[in-house]
Amino acid sequence: MTDILMPALSPTMEEGTLAKWHVKVGDTVSAGDVIAEIETDKATMEVEAVDEGVVEELLVEAGAEGVKVNAPIARLAGGEAPAKAAPEPKASDTEEAESSGDPEKKPPADAKAEQPTGDGPAAIRPADPPADPEIPEDAKLVKTTVRDALRDAMAEEMRRDEAVFLMGEEVAQYQGAYKVSRGLLDEFGERRVIDTPITEYGFAGLGVGAAMAGLKPIVEFMTWNFAMQAIDHIVNSAAKTHYMSGGQVTTPVVFRGPNGAASRVAAQHSQDYAAWYAHIPGLKVIAPYDAADAKGLLKAAIRDPNPVVFLEHEMLYGQEFDVPEVDDYVLPIGKAKVRRTGADVTITAYSRMVGLALKAAEELAGEGIEAEVVDLRTLRPLDHETVVESVRKTHRLVTVEEGWGPMGVGAEIIARVIEHAFDYLDAPPARVCQEDVPLPYAANLEALSLPSVDKIVKAAKAVSYRS
Amino acid sequence: MARAKSAAKAGDQPAGTAGDLGKDALLGFYRNMLLIRRFEERAGQLYGMGLIGGFCHLYIGQEAIAVGVQSIQEEGDQVITAYRDHGHMLACGMDPNEVMAELTGRAGGSSKGKGGSMHMFSREAEFYGGHGIVGASAPLGTGLALANRYRDNGKVTFTYFGDGAANQGQVYESFNMAALWKLPVVYVIENNQYAMGTSLERSSSETHMHKRGASFRIPGEEVDGMDVLAVRDAAKRAAAHARSGEGPFILEMKTYRYRGHSMSDPAKYRTREEVDEVRKTRDPIEHLREILEKEGLADEAALKAIDADVKKIVAEAAEFARTSPEPEPAELYTEVYVEAAQ
Repeated sequence: MTDILMPALSPTMEEGTLAKWHVKVGDTVSAGDVIAEIETDKATMEVEAVDEGVVEELLVEAGAEGVKVNAPIARLAGGEAPAKAAPEPKASDTEEAESSGDPEKKPPADAKAEQPTGDGPAAIRPADPPADPEIPEDAKLVKTTVRDALRDAMAEEMRRDEAVFLMGEEVAQYQGAYKVSRGLLDEFGERRVIDTPITEYGFAGLGVGAAMAGLKPIVEFMTWNFAMQAIDHIVNSAAKTHYMSGGQVTTPVVFRGPNGAASRVAAQHSQDYAAWYAHIPGLKVIAPYDAADAKGLLKAAIRDPNPVVFLEHEMLYGQEFDVPEVDDYVLPIGKAKVRRTGADVTITAYSRMVGLALKAAEELAGEGIEAEVVDLRTLRPLDHETVVESVRKTHRLVTVEEGWGPMGVGAEIIARVIEHAFDYLDAPPARVCQEDVPLPYAANLEALSLPSVDKIVKAAKAVSYRS
Repeated sequence: MARAKSAAKAGDQPAGTAGDLGKDALLGFYRNMLLIRRFEERAGQLYGMGLIGGFCHLYIGQEAIAVGVQSIQEEGDQVITAYRDHGHMLACGMDPNEVMAELTGRAGGSSKGKGGSMHMFSREAEFYGGHGIVGASAPLGTGLALANRYRDNGKVTFTYFGDGAANQGQVYESFNMAALWKLPVVYVIENNQYAMGTSLERSSSETHMHKRGASFRIPGEEVDGMDVLAVRDAAKRAAAHARSGEGPFILEMKTYRYRGHSMSDPAKYRTREEVDEVRKTRDPIEHLREILEKEGLADEAALKAIDADVKKIVAEAAEFARTSPEPEPAELYTEVYVEAAQ
C-alpha cells in the first residue's frame, strides 16, 4: 500500500487546490499516468503517478482547497511493492501539520544549520602570504619596460610548464595588439600561441574549458573593455566551478590585458574593472604598477591553481623600471607593498595610480607632509593588514583608484579600515577616483574626470586639515 | 544482423541497427534508460515532497540520447552538458546515490551539496558538468576539445546543449573556432522542440538544427533521438569524424521531453494529446523493449528482473539522499579557492 502525497510544484508552494481527479477508486494506474490536476495561485499542474497499483481510496475530494503539501491525497493498493516503499513523511509530522493547520509547517525540514560567524569579507583568505623574496645584494638591476616584463614572465612560464599557452586576438602573428606577446610565436609556435577570432565570449569559454581539462591557458583580452562580452565565463564558469563541484574541478586560467583609461579613447574603451572582479569570490585579482611586480606577479598568477584576473595598464606598458636579474622571480599574491614610508598620511593606490600617488607624496613632502604610499598590488585577496598597520601610524587615509567611487575599491578599503582601526582615525578618509560620469573624449574634460597628482595632493591636505 | 525498425518515427531519419551488438549490450541500454526514467520519476516525487529544492529539470523522454551517445564513449573522452543533466551523469556511470543526494543538498552528494541539480561534475567519469547558463556548455566543451588537440591524445568531447541554447551567440563563436582549428568535438543538440515554453517554430528561423553548422562548414545529421540504436549509430559516425582530425560534427537529436521544462512548469504551451501521442508511439524504452522481445533476446521474466533491479537502485538512492546529513556549516567556506600547492 502506498500513499500518494500532495506534491509541491514550485520551490515556494505550501498548499494548493486539488482541482480534479483523473482516476477513481478501482482504477489501475502505472507510473507516468496523470491522476489529478492541482491549482496553485500561479498555475495548474498535472500530477503523475510514480508507483503502480490500484486506487484504493481518494482521501481528498475534487475541488478541495488549501491542501497542504505532503498531505496524503490518495492511497494505492497492490502493485508490485518495490524493494523499499516510496519515502513517506513521518505520520506524526503529517498529522501535526494537518491538525495544527500551521501554515509555517514545512515538509521534513531538518533543523537549520547553525550560521557560522564569518569574519566579514576577510574570512575567505588564504594563509598569510609570504613576504617578497629576498633579492641578493649583488643582483643586477636591469631597466625593463612593463611590456617586456610581462612578456618575459609568460615566456619563462611557458618554458617551465608545457601546459601553459597563450590565446587571444592578435597575440601570435601580429605580435600582440600592444606588442606584449612579441617574439612568443617564434619561440613557442602556433600550437602554444594562438590567434583567435574576435569572439571574446567564445574564446574565454574555450580557455576555461581547456583549464578544466588541466591546461593552464593565458587568455589575453585586447583590452578589458571587451571582456564584458566574456564576463559570464569569467564569473559563472571560472570563478564558481571549484566550489560548485565540491572541489573536484579546477580552472587554472589567467585572464589578462590592459585595463583602465588609455588616452582619448572615450567612454567605451576607458574603464577600470578592478572593483567588478574583486567583488567575486573564487577569483584572484591583481593590478601591478612597476615592471618587477608585473613580472613577479604574472608568473605567480600563471602558477596559481585558481582563476586570476590580471589587470595591466596601457599607459604603463612603455615605462621602464628596474627588474632584478634573478632566476625565477615570483612574488606572493595577496601582499601589498609600502612604496614610500611616511608618518602623516596613508595613500593607497594600485596600477597606474601608484605613480600618481608617489608624485603627490613628493609634492606633499615639499610642504612638510610625509605620505606613506601603499601599493595594493592584489585586490583580491586584499591585504588590508598592511593598510591598517599604516593607518594606525598615520591616522589619516586617502584612497586612489582610476574607477568610479561608488561601491568601489576605495569604499572597500575605507570599510575595512573602519572595521579594524576606527579608533586610530583622526579625520574622515577621502577617496580620489574618476568623476561619476562616463569618460569624456575632449582632452580638458578627460583630464577633469580622471584622478590626478593635484587631486591626490588636495585630498591628502584635506584629511590633514591643511589647505 | 538484427535490423530494428522503429515503431513510429517522427521524420525520415534512418532506424538504428543492432549491428554487431550482442544481447548483453542491448539489455544494458534498456537497463540504463530505465534507470534514468525511474530515477527522474523519483526525483520528481522527492521534489514534490520538498526534499529537492530550487530548479529541477527532468530528462524523462530523452533517455535514448545520453545512453546511445555515451555507449560509444572511449576512455578519456569527455562529456559536458547544460542543466538537464541527471541522465547524462547516470549514463556516465556516476553513482545514483551521489547524484540523488546532490539533488537533496546533502553531504553525500557528488558536490557535497554545494552544486545542486544543475551543477555536478565527476573527474573520474570525465563528466564536466552540469552548467546552469544556457549555451555555456558549447564553448566550455570546445575548450575541452582544444585541450585534446593540444595534447594530441585522440580523445573526443561530447558537448550537449538544447534547441533553445542553439540560438545563443556563444554557440556560433564556438562552432567557428572548432571548425577553424579542427577540434575533436561532437555537438549533440537535444532538440526536444521547446525552449522552455517557446516552440522551435516560434524561436528559430532555421528549425533544422543539424544545418546550423553550415556557415562554418560543419557537417550535421538529423537523428531519431527516440531510437537508442539510431543514436548510437550516428554518434559512432560523428565521433569517428572528430577523432580522425576532420573537426567538429553536429548531431541533431529529435526528441521530446514528457515533463515540463522544470518542475514548476505546467507546460500549457502544448496539449496533453501531443504528449500522449509521443509517449504511445515513440517512447524510447518501449521501442527497445519491442526489439528485445521481437528478436527473442529477452522474455518478460528477464525484463521484469531488470525492472526490479532498477527499482531497487532508485529506492536506495532515494533513501541515501533522504538520510545523508546536511553539509557541515564549516563546508560553507571550503573550496572557494584551491589551496595553492606550490
